[in-house]
Amino acid sequence: MVEAADTGVVFWLLAAAVLISGFLVVSLKNIFHCAIFLVICLTAVAGIFLLLDAEFLAAAQVLIYVGAVSILMIFAIMLTSRLAAHNVIQTNRHAIIAFFISMVFGLGAIALIAGTHIWRLAIETLPADNIATIGKLLMTEFMLPFEVVSVLLLAAMIGAIVLARKEGS
Amino acid sequence: MEAQLPPYSIKMMLPELFLFVWALVVITFDLLTRRKSGSAVGYLAMLGLVICGGILSITGYGRGFGMMFINDPVAVFFKVIFLGAAFMAIGSSFGITNRKIVNHRGEYFGLILLSTVGMMFLASSQELLSLYIGLELTTIPLFVLAGFFKDDRKSVESGIKYMIMGALSSALLLYGISFLYGLSGTTDIVQMKINLAVTQLANEGDIGVILILATVTILAGIGFKLALPPFHQWAPDVYEGSPTPIAAFLSVGSKAAGIVAFVKIMMLGLEAFYDPVMKPNDWGILVGVLAIAAMVWGNVAAVRQSNIKRMLAFSSIAQAGYIMIGMVAMNQYGLAAVGFYTFVYMFANMGAFAIVTVVEDQTGSCKISSYAGLSRTSPFLSAALAVFLLSLAGIPPLAGFFAKYYVFAAAIAMAGSSNGHTWLYWLVGVGLLTTVFALYYYANVIKTAYFAREASPYRLRPLRPALLVIAIGLLGVLIFGVVPETIVDFARDLPYYIAH
Repeated sequence: MVEAADTGVVFWLLAAAVLISGFLVVSLKNIFHCAIFLVICLTAVAGIFLLLDAEFLAAAQVLIYVGAVSILMIFAIMLTSRLAAHNVIQTNRHAIIAFFISMVFGLGAIALIAGTHIWRLAIETLPADNIATIGKLLMTEFMLPFEVVSVLLLAAMIGAIVLARKEGS
Repeated sequence: MEAQLPPYSIKMMLPELFLFVWALVVITFDLLTRRKSGSAVGYLAMLGLVICGGILSITGYGRGFGMMFINDPVAVFFKVIFLGAAFMAIGSSFGITNRKIVNHRGEYFGLILLSTVGMMFLASSQELLSLYIGLELTTIPLFVLAGFFKDDRKSVESGIKYMIMGALSSALLLYGISFLYGLSGTTDIVQMKINLAVTQLANEGDIGVILILATVTILAGIGFKLALPPFHQWAPDVYEGSPTPIAAFLSVGSKAAGIVAFVKIMMLGLEAFYDPVMKPNDWGILVGVLAIAAMVWGNVAAVRQSNIKRMLAFSSIAQAGYIMIGMVAMNQYGLAAVGFYTFVYMFANMGAFAIVTVVEDQTGSCKISSYAGLSRTSPFLSAALAVFLLSLAGIPPLAGFFAKYYVFAAAIAMAGSSNGHTWLYWLVGVGLLTTVFALYYYANVIKTAYFAREASPYRLRPLRPALLVIAIGLLGVLIFGVVPETIVDFARDLPYYIAH
């Protein structure tokens, strides 16, 4: 465990990294730069998971989001020359309304979260070997959803192949 | 480290397992016949749904995988609706698969079956995680199906739009679920209800304002799935662009899946926070507002449509509003009315869409004006269309009338039960008033088909499966209009199981 004071500083640094890089992802004009900042944003989120002692989530975040999803995105952008070369405009005429709605939702959510002091989970402490616990639960109590996820992946794969295949071949 | 496996009772989930395997069989069959299977692959998919229904009827009630899988009357009732909707969607797809998607028939039918598996799994879950996964398994194949015409810009647009909206709504739903988990420490819905009540007692009635955020985000997430205004914007575009049978499946199957999710999370899990008196945690009023918005906006916007698929999209938004009235009538009649409404809505809406598909296959158009004079060349189909639309409008003695009647009756019974519920009268009032609008635009289509100066240049020749679908729809609408008791008696038992 990290000392409380240190955790505070690290948390604010990571939070700043998430917010700033997240904002850059949705505002930059070059889509390649957006993808790079997405990697930074997702890595910082993994850092926050680590601070919360959720090592498994942090590892999954790095492996799946940073490792697989973002890299695939960057590949796709680099292989599609049209995308990489041109500037993209990330806003449309609804930007102001969208900004307003997002602000209301965001500030409302922050106010409601800050106003709540009764968290049932906050009382209980995480087990020391929480990765082992997750593995055990996935194979016992949560086995059925775990298996259904594979059906979901199969459906997604079939769908992706149908959509990506060239017709007439 | 000893691990305790919960009792499986795999028998309970035989229908789902069977349908999953059958989906793979359908896809493989199409591959083995080198994509020359013709209509056979479609018939194969329909056969699978019939067998699955047979298995479902002998499975019986019970649990499997601990609390993960529950086959109770609510689940079975909605599973029948899902299977019926999938059957009718596949039955009306033959025209499309014979000409437009020759290369991917197997995947087309297989994905419909996989989506149905997701819906059935969702209906059987009593736990937030499996519920969410079931919902995803329902929608992800539908993203692909909505954009299945790859050469058609509108279809691709609708696929992408549906995917973005679906992802956003799932994210909202998950966000809300995460707060419920944080508040209750469990994902089991029944246990969650108990834990929330205990927390509330221990803190002198205070549960934390975060429950408001959880309720609002979950309602928004499910609202997207049900296309309740203001979360309805995607529906008309997606319905217009996607293959017509898929639009029908979206409007019935996917909507029924959203209804089940609502029943599980709100009616079962957050039952205690449906309050007669306005409190910060009360979701009854919120849903009431959504229902009014759906009925008013859906019916008013439908009047202005010239494309029948868009019109039916707005009409299905309005229908979801009526269903929501049954949801906020949280008494013994409410859930029964919701079940009956959804059941009847399946027949009428799938039937109407089946005829739209037939017309589109032959004329290539979805404009209401292309229905002009159809009554003279195709009297049977025009009459069937009129019956379906009148049932959707709620004209006696068709089944749609009793559906609306039960929903309104449940709301009135609830409104009369105590002073805190009188706002439900407003819901019924708006519901009755908007029905008039609904009658106008439904009748407009019938008028176009029957009172045109010239006979239509087209003589509709529906394929045999489409004819079967239309016949099933007609039988459902007429039989349950004459003897609604058969289903209502079954639906009436639903609330007792959900209440535990």
